[in-house]
Amino acid sequence: MALQGTFREVGEIAVVDFSGKITLGEGSSMLRRTIRELVDKGHRKILINLFDVDYIDSSGIGELVSGYTTVRSAGGELKLLNLTRRVHDILQITRLFTVFDVQSDEDSALRSFR
Amino acid sequence: MAAITQRIEITFETLLESVDLAESVVMRVAEASGFDDEDVHKIGMAVREGVINAFNYGNQQDRSKKIRMTVELEPERMIVYVLDEGKGFELTEVPDPLAEENLLRTSGRGLFLMRAFMDEFTVQRGPGGGAELVLIKKLPNAVSDNGRREKK
Repeated sequence: MALQGTFREVGEIAVVDFSGKITLGEGSSMLRRTIRELVDKGHRKILINLFDVDYIDSSGIGELVSGYTTVRSAGGELKLLNLTRRVHDILQITRLFTVFDVQSDEDSALRSFR
Repeated sequence: MAAITQRIEITFETLLESVDLAESVVMRVAEASGFDDEDVHKIGMAVREGVINAFNYGNQQDRSKKIRMTVELEPERMIVYVLDEGKGFELTEVPDPLAEENLLRTSGRGLFLMRAFMDEFTVQRGPGGGAELVLIKKLPNAVSDNGRREKK
């Protein structure tokens, strides 16, 4: 399934619920565009909900990292929520668990933003 | 009767669509070879990364170049070769994506993922000078190195 994202705001936190695959091409491009647009609109607290993303390749990982550094450079925070097992395993073996703040519960995730 | 090696050779265009196509093809072969869902997924991912590598780095997205994939099914192993028409590279020259200073790089994880998902992974120089990735997975019920039949 092509990547789809649904935007919602919880207070000052921008939450994007993604479904589909984050892979080379449209998926990773969409992730990049989404985060860039949020930052351009002034959002500095961004929660990426990957509850329905079961597949990510190296290109998708690259865009997640790029999004993280973009938000951080703008003085903000980007966190991940609800990783599926496969995405979790990839972030773990690539040591990106030491980079990203990964949350498994939305309420806790929202409270964790500074 | 002597064991037979099956061989499938496919030539892909250097197009983004070839990445999904190559992955689909190899996953079908892996399924037919008896791999379980998890290994089918890993083999598919590894080949996907290999074709991405050929598309982006080897062939530099040059549509005049080809990506050649060969799948060999030996009695004990499935071997996938991905050959590009680039200039080739040495694995030792590729930065380690797990090194602290490289964690925030937005690229460079493909080779690592190939190695992580397959049992063996190497890069050799192809006949025309391009890079040939060699990805190997032991078949289910293959005999292990110590002579015991492995159960996956």
